[in-house]
Amino acid sequence: MGKVLMKGNEAIGEAAIRAGCLNYFAYPITPQSEVAEYLSRRMPEVGGMFLQGESEVAVAYMLFGASACGERVFTTSSSPGISLMSEGISYVAGAQCPVVFVNIIRGGPGLGGILPSQGDYFQATKGGGHGDYRLLVMAPASVQETVEMVMMAFPLAEKYRNPVMILGDGLIGQMMEPVEFPDHLRTEPTNKDDWATNGMDTRKDNKQNLVKSLYLDPTQLNDHNLLLKAKYERMKQEDVRYEPYNTDTDYKVLIISYGTMSRVCRTAIDNLKAEGLEVGMIRPQTLFPFPEKAIHDAAIKESCKAVISIEMSMGQMVEDVERCVQGKRPVEWYGKCGGDVPTPEEIMDVVRNWKLET
Amino acid sequence: MQREVMFAGFGGQGILLSGKILAHAALEEGFEVAWIPSYGPEMRGGTAYCTVVISDKSIGSPIIKNPLHLVAMNRPSLEKFAPVVKPNGIILLNSSLIPIRSGRDDVDELVVPVADIAIELGSIKASNIVALAAFVARSKIVDFELLKEAVKEEFAKKPKLIPLEMEAMERGRKAAQG
Amino acid sequence: MGKAFKRPESLSENHTHYCPGCTHGVIHRLVAEVIDELGIRGRTVGIAPVGCAVLAYNYFTFDFQEAAHGRAPAMATGIKRVRPDLMVFTYQGDGDLASIGMGEIIHAANRGEKFTTIFVNNAVYGMTGGQMAPTTMPGQRTTTTPFGRDAESIGMPVKMAELLAALETPGYIARQTVIRPKYIVRAKKAIKKAFTYQMENRCFSLVELISTCPTNWGLTPAEAVNWAEDTLLSYYKLGEYKTPPE
Repeated sequence: MGKVLMKGNEAIGEAAIRAGCLNYFAYPITPQSEVAEYLSRRMPEVGGMFLQGESEVAVAYMLFGASACGERVFTTSSSPGISLMSEGISYVAGAQCPVVFVNIIRGGPGLGGILPSQGDYFQATKGGGHGDYRLLVMAPASVQETVEMVMMAFPLAEKYRNPVMILGDGLIGQMMEPVEFPDHLRTEPTNKDDWATNGMDTRKDNKQNLVKSLYLDPTQLNDHNLLLKAKYERMKQEDVRYEPYNTDTDYKVLIISYGTMSRVCRTAIDNLKAEGLEVGMIRPQTLFPFPEKAIHDAAIKESCKAVISIEMSMGQMVEDVERCVQGKRPVEWYGKCGGDVPTPEEIMDVVRNWKLET
Repeated sequence: MQREVMFAGFGGQGILLSGKILAHAALEEGFEVAWIPSYGPEMRGGTAYCTVVISDKSIGSPIIKNPLHLVAMNRPSLEKFAPVVKPNGIILLNSSLIPIRSGRDDVDELVVPVADIAIELGSIKASNIVALAAFVARSKIVDFELLKEAVKEEFAKKPKLIPLEMEAMERGRKAAQG
Repeated sequence: MGKAFKRPESLSENHTHYCPGCTHGVIHRLVAEVIDELGIRGRTVGIAPVGCAVLAYNYFTFDFQEAAHGRAPAMATGIKRVRPDLMVFTYQGDGDLASIGMGEIIHAANRGEKFTTIFVNNAVYGMTGGQMAPTTMPGQRTTTTPFGRDAESIGMPVKMAELLAALETPGYIARQTVIRPKYIVRAKKAIKKAFTYQMENRCFSLVELISTCPTNWGLTPAEAVNWAEDTLLSYYKLGEYKTPPE
């Protein structure tokens, strides 16, 4: 099958189906309601299941229940909806269920706006719900990459028995770009008989499977958290993803940017190069695990004088960037909220101005 | 090389569809494309616009403040966006609804009575295709035959409309030459 | 000759943590007996609530999930939608179901989700230590209504069975009690009906069971039974509130 032109939101729905996930629970919210609209038509065609829940709170638990009995499930939502789901996400993470969540971020806090934003970085990477848990978070920068990340999300969620989140923004959802659905990313669900509550008859055994997050005994709870922590450490070893751009030059400035924002930065970098100023970029494709070493190593290159985190937020990822750079280079932040995505020209000015100051 | 086309007009004038058809034709021609809508409150009536980016390499910023070309279907769109069009671009304006001109002397201004032509053809709804055809005929941004195919494909589920849309294509092309 | 009375296979050998005079143990046993009798243990998934029954999974021998407060009906929905062949029940108290989970139970019932809810109503929050529930009676003292529930400011106790029966979607809704042996046969019959409707893929089913909580009521088990019979049963009438059309 060749490339087809698809809107990001519709491509998300199709990608899940192509990945082998035929169960979708959701609650409508702008700017991603097209996913639900698309799947309400498409799921019946492929023998899949579509259900519009009564709230994001309920949807999170529908996912929990379905995933806990061993089926692949996913949902899509946008910021305020993810806040409501965050309670459930904590339980899902605590009970180690492989649910896939897609957040097409809109501006916040509160109702905020409906235009593109990256204001949910903290919520996604540091945990929006209670307790010590992490999501594996991937941030696509194009519709094609969104497709690939959604398809990869299911086996990754199953590999770690942990929820995975795709963090996009309104533009990723609304934009139309050519996409194809790589066959090799279609995967078979893993066998979940050793833990899922799929019925003892299904497993042909007589042993109760229990999916829970309650550990009243302090030692048991500590052990449980150590087990979770070990998974997060393993993610850092095995599933960090990032894309370097123009880093084989003697760049003066290193940009760290992800998602839609990184594409704007790429154009700015191309234009600055034409002016004779080399700028490098590391684009994290996974926000957790964060490409710590790649950023550190790129920052301390001799030619590099400063690192700038450019995000559609008031400075969230920059805290992780500072952590990676370990004070070895100045770390700056530039960003905007509200949906007015910075233009390449703005980014060029930011970089030029920084250079003039030093 | 990267070129950007902004389509703008009232909601309901088929603005987003024009952009989608152009993007589709460009994809068929082997270009990289991105179709970027305005979304939000504008979706419910009022002004609608979208930008189509066509490039021979991977597309960077989807945020386009200065498009190369503009297809303006109503007066507010022309007034709002004509000033931001890059020099040497094309501004197509729907003179059936727009009594003024762009005021730019560094662009190729293409004045087409789009709605009048569509009404002559029997449906004002064909306005967007008349405008799209005129714009493509003038800019040659994609192959005209590929554009026709993209229109046919778009209307594949409403085959009765295809003869009308093909006529709209021809009238648009003539308008661009005239 | 075999044993006339034995532990149901669905019930585990663990000792429960429930207080003396609590009816959870009886209800667990009834549910276990019904599941055994229907022969569905190998395809049953129970959902434990937040509340005194949070550890219910320790007392049953089939698959279990543990929900957050009030969300069990959403989890049950999730299971039934992706595995309609599994037999699913939620086991919820009055704080869990009628307060924080009011939204989830109503919508699940209204969608006609094909699972069963065992709703244990003892008019008080148990596990958190005896606070007011939506089902607490007017004048009833709890740790958050030290002067008795004031209906003027807090409203009247919620009658869940009646409320759910008012939905247009077909369902099986009954209220029974287990406070004295004489009521138990009817309670078990209702539970069995509820599971049978689920097996037949007929409708949503809920059995509300009026129960005792001597500990949080500040009564002896015997006094608690009397109070429940006098006060609760006169407000929460027993019976079948809704049955699915034949």
